[in-house]
Amino acid sequence: MSETTRKEPINWNAALKEILSGGVTRTVMSVILGFAVGAFFMIISNKEFLQSMGYFFADPLASLRAAGDVVGAGYGALFKGSIYNASAATFDGAIRPLTETLRLASPLIAAGLGIGLGFRVGLFNIGGTGQLVSGLIWATFVATRIELPPVIHFIVAIATAIVGSAIVGAFVGFLRARTGANEVITTIMLNYIIISFFNFLLLDNNLLQGATAGGHTKSDPAFETAKLPGLLGENFALNLGFVLSIVAVVVYWWLMERSTIGFRLRAVGFNASAAKTAGINVEGTYILALGLSAAFVGIAAANQALSSTGGVTPTTHAGIGFDAITVALLGGSTASGVLLAGLLFGAFKAGSSAIQIEGISPDVLGIVQGAIVLFIAAPPLIRAIFRLPPPQTTTMLSALKSKFFSRGGK
Amino acid sequence: MRLELKGITKRFGALVANDSIDLVVESGEIHSLLGENGAGKSTLMNVLYGLYQADEGQILLDGKVAKFSGPGDAMAAGIGMVHQHFMLIPVFTVAENVALGHEPTNKLGVLDLDAARALVKKISDRFGFDVDPDALVEDLPVGVQQRVEIIKSLARDAKVLVLDEPTAVLTPQETDELMEIMRGLAKSGTSIVFITHKLREVKAVADKITVIRQGRVVGEAKPSAETKELASMMVGRDVGLTVEKKSAAPGKVVLNVQDLSVLDDREQRAVDHVSFEVRAGEILAIAGVQGNGQTELAEAILGLRGLHSSAGDISISGSSVRGKSVRTILEKGVGYVPEDRQKNGLISEFSIAENLMLNGSFTKPFAKGLGIAFATRNKIADELVKEFDVRTTSAQSAAGKLSGGNQQKVVLARELSREVELLVVSQPTRGVDVGSVEFIHERLVEERNSGKAVLLISTELDEVMALADRIAVMYRGKIVGIVDANTDRAKLGQMMAGVAA
Repeated sequence: MSETTRKEPINWNAALKEILSGGVTRTVMSVILGFAVGAFFMIISNKEFLQSMGYFFADPLASLRAAGDVVGAGYGALFKGSIYNASAATFDGAIRPLTETLRLASPLIAAGLGIGLGFRVGLFNIGGTGQLVSGLIWATFVATRIELPPVIHFIVAIATAIVGSAIVGAFVGFLRARTGANEVITTIMLNYIIISFFNFLLLDNNLLQGATAGGHTKSDPAFETAKLPGLLGENFALNLGFVLSIVAVVVYWWLMERSTIGFRLRAVGFNASAAKTAGINVEGTYILALGLSAAFVGIAAANQALSSTGGVTPTTHAGIGFDAITVALLGGSTASGVLLAGLLFGAFKAGSSAIQIEGISPDVLGIVQGAIVLFIAAPPLIRAIFRLPPPQTTTMLSALKSKFFSRGGK
Repeated sequence: MRLELKGITKRFGALVANDSIDLVVESGEIHSLLGENGAGKSTLMNVLYGLYQADEGQILLDGKVAKFSGPGDAMAAGIGMVHQHFMLIPVFTVAENVALGHEPTNKLGVLDLDAARALVKKISDRFGFDVDPDALVEDLPVGVQQRVEIIKSLARDAKVLVLDEPTAVLTPQETDELMEIMRGLAKSGTSIVFITHKLREVKAVADKITVIRQGRVVGEAKPSAETKELASMMVGRDVGLTVEKKSAAPGKVVLNVQDLSVLDDREQRAVDHVSFEVRAGEILAIAGVQGNGQTELAEAILGLRGLHSSAGDISISGSSVRGKSVRTILEKGVGYVPEDRQKNGLISEFSIAENLMLNGSFTKPFAKGLGIAFATRNKIADELVKEFDVRTTSAQSAAGKLSGGNQQKVVLARELSREVELLVVSQPTRGVDVGSVEFIHERLVEERNSGKAVLLISTELDEVMALADRIAVMYRGKIVGIVDANTDRAKLGQMMAGVAA
């Protein structure tokens, strides 16, 4: 009597797999559409445009002109604020936006690699934030409470940030392997626990609270020796964190594409039961994968903890743990994809104030980001939720191909 | 009812699954649709059943054009289908299952099970089905469950009955009984479409045979046609159906299974105190109807079932391996061809080359330190693709794109190219085209000749009889008996139904 009619569970795994196999075309299309959606919101929230709508039939061109102006100004400002400022007086000033993009992209890239690694193994690590905060705790401890010689200090601090994050990830992997606890649930819960723990540490000056913090949750500034050294001198904030992220990209590429470890990780991600049959320890692989995933997030933690000028606060994680999910999705969880996606999102962060100066809400950039992810992830997700069958042609490219280039058929 | 399919074409993207197929099934005829897996038989029947819409062509019932937008329409028009996997609710009685979907009710709208019961009884008596309307479906043997499916169709006045690979789950005796039923139904005027790839059954029961290959009708044949002739029509070239093999020269015991019991996923005892041994240089075949513990037996030998779900002992070349990890057992010299290659044998997203290193990622020649030895891997992959005649453009293309037979060759290439003493081979030719079957059988015999111990697990009696040196028959988790390879089919059939040797 054990058989009962059950509702078929939503196939998240298949949906996740499909999202990640979207391909370059769909990604590029999604980015373009995302910008188009952003443009739409810029236009409909623009005062001149709305006024011109009042006399649209008398002068339709005015509306078009207003729309064109605001989109041009907005995305122009984004370019100016994130890549090259042609109107700056000095060369330093002109390229500063680009260095800011690189600086802000660094933690996104590293954490994006971490989340991407999880995706490749079929694991949805939403605990980037908790893991990052755990890394912050350790790095802050080393950076503010221990005195070490120059160079060695920040190296030790980076290492402890990575270990501090990796331990949390491995713990989630252990729970999954031992008890079958779904990593989505455990990582979300650990986010709350670790953030609260961080707050607790920052409220007691015997622990991590700074001497001058008063009643605030803030640490001491890091010792100078623990800070990540700048790459381009005093005028720029860009620091060693960017180099760390680039190294992380190369390591990630080697690990996933060239090493036998990555081979087994991918094997488990694609088909865990075939991997098990081939003698791969699937449970052990889950622990390793979540540990490695969090280790990459730990690089982002080091970046955040060791580059702040003041002390570390509960908001130092800057939402990177969540943004990293977007970066990993957009980058298709490949090394080069995550690098590009991280740079794009870094540019959004760098350009947001320039957009604001143009009188356009920087939230438009949030809309662009959200829309991009929606276009990439939504079709398979919606199919999974409503249990729709997959279309016969899955990618936009092949759909177009069969529409325009099919031979013989009708 | 006379069924006519006219120029049915069904495309999936670029793939043409059915290419203007014409088929006429006369009233009261048993028409066999013969073809390999993937030839397009099931697609055609799904078009007939309203599950797919044909891109071109017509369905004619007694000369009138019929259009089905779903199975409901098809059923209403008198078409019944018995799927390979039964669509029954195990905890319902036979009558309840038959009533399900068009429940008879009395004037107050209350379910009238007596009517359903009477209907089942009437149909059952008429055709000699011998089915008790009040039995719970889960208590019935598979063969009887299949009859319930047939009753379901007949209760809806099916005039055309489609049976999709109906004998896959049956013992030889049950198969014979099914054929009797089919003849009885045909005599009473029901038209039957019998889909199968088993030549012997086709010859035994069909009035007319249509052979389908690659989505096209390649010919019609009479049941009196030679088996060999039918096979070559199916495959498109001459095939050898018998395997040449000299007598076995068994050596030392390689696999020794003593008093082994294994639990399945539902914690039920699937293997029940089983003992046997396999020697070097012999093929021991485990025969039996699907679901009698063979899967769990193979998984237990490979260490996939874990220590807590088995009892007894398994030793390979003299040392016990029960409770050891899968990797340890594989590295001890065991090659494993799992019964479900899509699920357990291959990673379809991986390339052929990657699949060939699937269980060799820890050591040379595939690993070089922590890195993959790409040059070596590609060289080995190219050699194996050639040696095992895997039809592909490149060893770098995805394994999922290969046909079933070629996928199976990849699995075999991986397992046979390793240094092994024991091969555990489950359903090696399931879903494999006839041409590849021949190749796979020859390779297995070669391995046995070269002194390896081979444990072959198969539900296809023909395969067992062609390859085995000794045959162990499993029924409900027990080994009913271990007999010589030349035991006759009827005797084996009885054993598969649980009658001790």
